[in-house]
Amino acid sequence: MNAVTGSLAATRAAAPMPVQRRYDAGLLGLVAALVGVALILGLAKPETYLVNAIGQLAALAILAVSLDLVWGYLGILSLGHGLFFAIGGYVCAMHLSAHAYAVTGTAPDVMQFMGWASLPFYWTGMTSAPYALVLAIALAVLVAFLFGWASFRSRVNGVYFSIISQALVYVAMLLMFRNDTGFGGNNGMTSFTLLFGFAMGAPGTVLTLTIVTILALAAVLIGCGRLVASGIGRQMLACRDDETRLRTLGYGTTALKLKIWCLSAAIAALAGILYVPQVGIINPRVLAPDLSLEIAVWVAIGGMGRLSGAVIGAVLVNALKFWLTAAMPEAWPFILSGLVLLVVLVLPNGLLDLGRLKPTWLSRGMPR
Amino acid sequence: MSALVVESLSVVFGGFRALDDLSLAIDAGEIRGVIGPNGAGKTTLLDVISGITRARSGRVTLGEAIDLTRSSEAEIARAGVRRKFQRPSVFPALSVRENLEIGCGAGCPPAERSRRIVEALTIAGLESQADRLAGLLAHGEKQWLEIAMVLASDPRVILLDEPVAGLSDEETERTVGLIRGLRRPDRAIVVVEHDMAFVEAVADRVTVLHEGRTLYEGAMAGARAAPRVIEVYLGR
Repeated sequence: MNAVTGSLAATRAAAPMPVQRRYDAGLLGLVAALVGVALILGLAKPETYLVNAIGQLAALAILAVSLDLVWGYLGILSLGHGLFFAIGGYVCAMHLSAHAYAVTGTAPDVMQFMGWASLPFYWTGMTSAPYALVLAIALAVLVAFLFGWASFRSRVNGVYFSIISQALVYVAMLLMFRNDTGFGGNNGMTSFTLLFGFAMGAPGTVLTLTIVTILALAAVLIGCGRLVASGIGRQMLACRDDETRLRTLGYGTTALKLKIWCLSAAIAALAGILYVPQVGIINPRVLAPDLSLEIAVWVAIGGMGRLSGAVIGAVLVNALKFWLTAAMPEAWPFILSGLVLLVVLVLPNGLLDLGRLKPTWLSRGMPR
Repeated sequence: MSALVVESLSVVFGGFRALDDLSLAIDAGEIRGVIGPNGAGKTTLLDVISGITRARSGRVTLGEAIDLTRSSEAEIARAGVRRKFQRPSVFPALSVRENLEIGCGAGCPPAERSRRIVEALTIAGLESQADRLAGLLAHGEKQWLEIAMVLASDPRVILLDEPVAGLSDEETERTVGLIRGLRRPDRAIVVVEHDMAFVEAVADRVTVLHEGRTLYEGAMAGARAAPRVIEVYLGR
């Protein structure tokens, strides 16, 4: 039909970055595997420290997925996602402290350190778990909205946005290091004793928490999978690759970016909520710029723009970190840097590139 | 009947006047070629009309009422002004069909959308490539896909910035036919191009720009004969 097709094959651009957009076998398989792990844990009841470690990994994987959603699919690299994670974590810690105080009468550390007779007014209602849950998500979304609205409206993009997001998390860290804020200052909050009236650290509590976290990760993957496969998902990729082009086709990209940005913040806050009761502590360290940078590293190592890549990156890097920071702590930064270099040089699209070796019937998208 | 009226438009970048009190009226049903040497302000004109660049002064009116210099890019696009960029701007990570789907606009009802996608695929000659990723198309195919994306919204005004840049002679010829086929009594088309033969083949009238002003307006044959045009543009 047209003989000229391909006459300028030499000017062909490089193949576009692979993106997981459909409910492909990989994502569905991962969700099934997660449900399977939850079942096995529930039946086999392995040692508590192992269950706890798996639960923490799942929470961090949720955090990685939240970043991949805005970075891999929308092109917004946030180097401050620790902020939303911390908001979820801090509100959860406040609930745990207030709950234990109400049940046992032992004053939380925050009061003891500061010598306060009662908790500050903004702790009101924290004994209620539903209230704390709603507050954590709402607060994360509100902060994300204000920051996102100001940035996207002024068309602050790319590296500028990344730097500002990093500055934001740093400012939050400095604020939380102050001891008079009512959030525990540099000590943070710890020694939580009760979760919904159950003893923290008891095998049953730990197991339940881990299973809930794994199922939450599966739910987040399904939700995000549906989102990126939808018309909104196509607009996100279009916006990532050429925002001006999308605008001049009649789409308001500010609203699109703001919605996904706020959703991502909510997911990061959820990760924080689930993470804190498992590690049993929160302090301003989670707001350190290096944690926020590390989230991006997990996603890059696993493979950005693919939800399963984010999960695999987060789980592998953190599992390695758990093991190595115990075995040889001083080597960890070097190993992490080496891993980053290796991925950048050999597998620029992340570890999931290894999956290209699999047969085509597996990598082909499932019809929807 | 003018579809698009540009009135005493000025755009200044630093100390450089990209457009200098430029006025221009484009009729519905017309294909207008805009030519001129580098830096004459051709692309800047399209940038102002599509809302990407803000004018220092002047107005751009669409139809009778809408002042485009006060509207955002998305509002301008929704008002029916669509633009093809100089560098083929398609979404590489989406398939050809998905690119066209986005081109239809957010408010397009599904039945209408599928009809338009089929139509746009036919016009661009990309039926067999509908499910390929746009990033994998050849340069010429990308140019056509972008024109088809612009067309999928059924626009009143089409702005084409160098639609044959980097195309072979055969591809250029095909593009002439494609663009002539876009002509409709209620549609204005503006083509910015360096290729004089192409402009002659495609445009009803031409506007020659020089240093942000109109040097000549009328038939292409007249442009070739005008002494000022020969001096600043053709004579080299």
